[in-house]
Amino acid sequence: MQEILQYLFSGLTNGAIYAVIALGFSMLYSSTELINFAHGEFVMLGALCMVTLAVNLGFPLIPAFFLSICAVAAAGLLFERLAIRPVRHPQPIVLIIITVGASIFLRGIGMLIWGKDAHSMPPFSQHPPLDVAGARLLIQSVWILVILAALTAALQMFYRRTLTGKAMTACAISKKAAWIVGIPTKWMVLLAFGLSTGMGAVAGAIIAPITMSSYDMGTMLGLKGFCAAMLGGLGSLWGAILGGFLLGILEALGVGFITSGLKDATAFVLLLLVLYVRPQGIIGPGEVKRF
Amino acid sequence: MLSSRKCRFGALAIAVLLAGALIFTPGVFAESHQDAYKIGGIFSVTGPASFLGDPEKKSMELAIEEINAAGGVDGRMLEPVIYDTEGDPSKTVMAVGKLINKDRVTAIIGPSRTPTTLAVIPMVKRAKLPLVSCAAGNKIVDPVKPWVFKTAQSDIHAVASIYQHIKQNGIKKVGIITVSNAFGESGKEQLLAQAPDFGITVVSAQSFGTNDTDMTAQLTKIRQEKPGAIICWGTNPGPAVVAKNVKQLGIEIPLYQSHGVASPKFIDLAGKAAEGILLPTGKILVAGLLPDSDPQKPVLLDYINGYENKYNETVSGFGGYAYDAVHLLARAMEGANGDKAEIRKNLENLKNYVGISGGFNFSKTDHNGLDPSAFVMVRIKDGKWELME
Repeated sequence: MQEILQYLFSGLTNGAIYAVIALGFSMLYSSTELINFAHGEFVMLGALCMVTLAVNLGFPLIPAFFLSICAVAAAGLLFERLAIRPVRHPQPIVLIIITVGASIFLRGIGMLIWGKDAHSMPPFSQHPPLDVAGARLLIQSVWILVILAALTAALQMFYRRTLTGKAMTACAISKKAAWIVGIPTKWMVLLAFGLSTGMGAVAGAIIAPITMSSYDMGTMLGLKGFCAAMLGGLGSLWGAILGGFLLGILEALGVGFITSGLKDATAFVLLLLVLYVRPQGIIGPGEVKRF
Repeated sequence: MLSSRKCRFGALAIAVLLAGALIFTPGVFAESHQDAYKIGGIFSVTGPASFLGDPEKKSMELAIEEINAAGGVDGRMLEPVIYDTEGDPSKTVMAVGKLINKDRVTAIIGPSRTPTTLAVIPMVKRAKLPLVSCAAGNKIVDPVKPWVFKTAQSDIHAVASIYQHIKQNGIKKVGIITVSNAFGESGKEQLLAQAPDFGITVVSAQSFGTNDTDMTAQLTKIRQEKPGAIICWGTNPGPAVVAKNVKQLGIEIPLYQSHGVASPKFIDLAGKAAEGILLPTGKILVAGLLPDSDPQKPVLLDYINGYENKYNETVSGFGGYAYDAVHLLARAMEGANGDKAEIRKNLENLKNYVGISGGFNFSKTDHNGLDPSAFVMVRIKDGKWELME
């Protein structure tokens, strides 16, 4: 019993991280139909910015957190402006390949700035882990869950209550129609990039204290986040969260009851199965477009 | 007037520079000496394994400088010819081709990594050229290849040191957690293979990915089997996460790490979680703490002083592999008159050489020449290394 609870806690922590990353994928996809394969690298940038600001430059936690998100979101805006928008024939496949190139570029930049070594930082608050029926829950995990909840609520508010959010949803439904009624679609795409990469930075900043951050951490995290987004249904907010938790918990249980050698395989086999039965993901939008 | 003075000044400057170059460049000096012995060096000076190759290149240059300053080998100077492999097997093969065909070296030191070493073994065998590798992998010298030697300690000895320590503390059951790359797999192989020799049972063998963020699930599984100690085998940053997770889960049994994390960087990454961790390391990390009776102590201190004075940076645990290789080779070259077969034979019969990585005793069946005493067990206490008995 104690073990199962511990696996669940481990799964919840990892799941929440995957969920935040999946959210970034999902919201960019819903407004631009684009999958940003450089998303994992933005997570890396977020984590390393956070470490630099909080540890090396000695900023207090909260300003460091928001500054790193702003810095990474700014990088995301630049990325859209310099690499995505100038493309003359913006077919999805071309754009996706551009994002793959960008991920390699960003990894190189990360290595140049932060070097090849890993970096670590202390947790947000210094508390011993909580003891729940013999299983340990890290305070940082609680932070991660709280931040995920706040992020979800904020996004929900943004889409439902604000004009900009509604305009973005309109863009997602039909870009042309949105443009005809006077929504500046180009700005919406730019905004979606900023929000999505900012979300990546949040993921990076909250995991920096529980793991080690290095220039090459983004690839696997991006892949897992993408898996989670696909699992839940690309483009769906709740799908991304569900997918993230499902992936995290199943991974942890896979380690506990099968073997840790197959940890990553568990996740990918699961993804294949779900996509086989439900190509649109668990709660994805009804129809799926194939390029 | 002004311009002619400028001219004269320029000429003077050039003359001084030339003279300086003649005096201070060992290469030029050696060339004037007609028959210097050329020694090839191939290290991963850049790329992901630069933490190995860079200090190795510097240490090779340092060792050759020392030998030349002391009169060279049989009165002939040594001349290094060093190429960068970037840690890439195909680039290593190209570099070795150049060393054999163009530079016509007497022997080769390096490469830095196990895969690059394995890639060039057939080439040195064909060219009948002695190679002293700086890589750790046991496959390099097992089975023994006539022309191939290595100076880095093997996993075998690290595992033996850990098990020795565990046995002394009366622990019978261990759980192991290894990283899923070549280093971790090789460690796992040795941990499983040697456990019965020490009367130890491995009750749980788990693994983790190089960039995993959380290992509590694996550690929970290990804890279920109630081992007396946990052994983690990996290179940074994974083992630091394991160290943190062990503390967070409140696991009280001793945690052993491999020599793969024997650097101050690990203490830096793991922070407070590093307290009490036990690991085997080459003696260079704790040279100052060694008892004066240790025959390696003066050798180590000389090397550390030489390296830090010449390069003005802290010595690393890896450069010693190349330093030992140069000195071993120089000793084997004495009286061989540049004959490669003779050098090879001398290397194979070389005994009682005290180097940076340990006491070397080569033989027909052992081309590494080290024993478990090359490692010492240390414990991390208050963020510092503490030598164990």
